[in-house]
Amino acid sequence: MSWETVIGLEVHVQLATASKLFSASSTRTGDEPNSNASLIDLAMPGTLPVVNREAIRHAIRFGLAIDAEIGRRSVFERKNYFYPDLPKGYQTTQLAEPIVGAGVVDLQLEDGTRKSVRIHHAHLEEDAGKSLHEAFSDETGRAMTGIDLNRAGTPLIEIVSEPDMSNAEEAVAFARKLHAIVTSLGISDGDMSQGNMRFDVNISVRRPGEPLGTRTETKNLNSFRFMEKAIKLEVERQIDVLENGGEVVQETRLYNGETNTARAMRSKEDANDYRYFPCPDLLPVLVSEEEINELRDALPELPDARKARFVEAYALSEYDAELLCADLATAAYFEAAAKQGGDAKLAANWVMGELTARLNADDIGIAQSPVSAEHLGELIQRIKDGTISSKIAKQVFDACWAGEGSPDQIIESKGLKQMSDTGELEKIVDDIIANHPAQVEDYRGSDDAKRKKKIGFFVGQAMKATQGKANPQQLNQLLQQKLNG
Amino acid sequence: MAIDSKVVAQVAHLACLQVDDNETAALSERLNDILAMVDQLQQADVEGVAPLAHPLDVSQPLRDDQVTEPDVRERVMPIAPAIEEGCFLVPRVIE
Repeated sequence: MSWETVIGLEVHVQLATASKLFSASSTRTGDEPNSNASLIDLAMPGTLPVVNREAIRHAIRFGLAIDAEIGRRSVFERKNYFYPDLPKGYQTTQLAEPIVGAGVVDLQLEDGTRKSVRIHHAHLEEDAGKSLHEAFSDETGRAMTGIDLNRAGTPLIEIVSEPDMSNAEEAVAFARKLHAIVTSLGISDGDMSQGNMRFDVNISVRRPGEPLGTRTETKNLNSFRFMEKAIKLEVERQIDVLENGGEVVQETRLYNGETNTARAMRSKEDANDYRYFPCPDLLPVLVSEEEINELRDALPELPDARKARFVEAYALSEYDAELLCADLATAAYFEAAAKQGGDAKLAANWVMGELTARLNADDIGIAQSPVSAEHLGELIQRIKDGTISSKIAKQVFDACWAGEGSPDQIIESKGLKQMSDTGELEKIVDDIIANHPAQVEDYRGSDDAKRKKKIGFFVGQAMKATQGKANPQQLNQLLQQKLNG
Repeated sequence: MAIDSKVVAQVAHLACLQVDDNETAALSERLNDILAMVDQLQQADVEGVAPLAHPLDVSQPLRDDQVTEPDVRERVMPIAPAIEEGCFLVPRVIE
C-alpha cells in the first residue's frame, strides 16, 4: 500500500532595510563583531524599541504580492526563551495579529501542471545574534562560545504555508517561487548562502484517506538542493519507522548537507513553552488604506507577469521563461545579454546552459559571475555575425570566465577569429587531400552514406590545422567539392 | 487551572529561576491566589467587547529607516565577564 506525504514550510526572509527592526543600528554584515549592536539590541535596561517603518512596508509589499489580507492593525508579542544570542530573553515577534493574513502562491511544476499553495499568514519578527562555536576558550582553557550580536534585531518576515505540498519537488518549487517573489519585490536579497532566506520543513506521512500523521520539523535548510535531499531523507525515514511497526516521534531535526544525514535535536517532551504575551513596550501598529494603496500601486513587476512577458516578447517556451524568472538577478542578466547580443533564444540557451553549469560548478550566484551580461551579449554578437563558431565561443567563454578580458579582447589576443578567407582555407584543404591519398581513395570508393561519416576525418584534420578557426559550413562545402571532384 | 509544585518547578525552569524544593508549595499557593483573581475576571461579560492588547488608545509611532545609533562596542565590551576578538564569551552551548 502506498504512502502520502504532507509538507508545510516556514520560511524566514531577512528584509533589506538599512537599520534594524526596533533600533537604528545598521543591518550591514561583514563588520567587526558587535560593532552594529546598539544598547537596544544589547537589551540594556531602560531602552525602548521603536519600529522601523520600512520593515512594515516591506511586509505589506509581500502581502500584496500574494494577494493576502493586510493586517490593518498588527500586534507585537514576546516569545520567551533563553539562549545567549538573544539578549532580551525573548524574541519580539507576532502571533495572534500578524501583519500579513492568508494568501496564495501559484506554482508551475516541471511537468507543466499548476498548483496553488496557501499561505496561512506571514509575520514580522527580529532575528537573533550569532553563536560562534569554534576556537574560543577562557583563561582556564575551557571551550567557550563567542556571541556576535550584529545580526540581533535584523528584521525578518516568517512566511507560514498551509500543509499543501505532497513531495520534495513541490516544496522546492514553492521555495523557489517565494525566492523569486521577495527578490523581485526588492524586499530581500534572498542570499541563502548568508542565511538571508532559510527554510523549516514540516513533514508527515499517512496512508491515503487517513488523518494526518505525526510530523517532524527539519530546521534551517539554506539551499534548494539540501531542502530536496532533506525532505526525501525524512520521508524515507518516517515510512521506514512506520512499516517496521514503530511510531514517528514529534521532534525537531537537524539536517547535515555534507553527509546527507539528519538527527533529532529536541523532542516534544522538552519542547519550549514560549509563554507568548503582547509586548508592553510596543503599541499596536496601524496601517492606513492610503498607505496600502500607495504600496500596491508601486509594486514592481512580479515573477508571473515577467514570465508572461518573456514568453511574449522573446518567443521563449513557458519552461525556459519560468527558469529564467526563477530569480530577479537571472532575469535581469538574461534581458541585458539578450538586448546586447540581439538574439534572445541564444542568450537563453547560454544563460541556462554554459553559464548555469559554471555557476553551479563554482558554487556562486549570478551576481558574482566573472562573465558579465555585457560579456555574454558581446559573445552572442560574435556568434551571430560569424566572427566565431559556437565551438570557439565556448573557448572564449572559458577564457572570459578565467578573467582574461572581454570576448572581443580574447578573440583578438588569441587569434580566434573564424577563417573567412576562402583562399587560405582552400590551400589547407588541398594540402590535407595531397597528404592523405589512402583516405581520399577510401572516401571516393564509398557510397553516399559512408562518405558522410568518412568526411569527418578531413574535417578533423582541417580543424586541427586551423586550430578550430575554420568556418564549419564553409569547410564542409569545400571538402565535398574537392573530394567528390 | 490549579498550579501544583510540579508546574511551579517547570515554569521556574523555563524562566531560568532557581527555586528550592521547600519553596514550591508556598509559591504554588500564591500563584493559585493570582489565578483565582483571574478566574473572577473571566466571569465578566465581554460580549461585544474587542480584545485589548494595550490600555492606551494610541498606535505605534514609526521611525524612518536610517542608521543613527553610534558604535558602542568599546564602551560595552569591558562590562562583559569574558570577551575575545570582539565577541562576548559564554560557556559553551551546543545543541
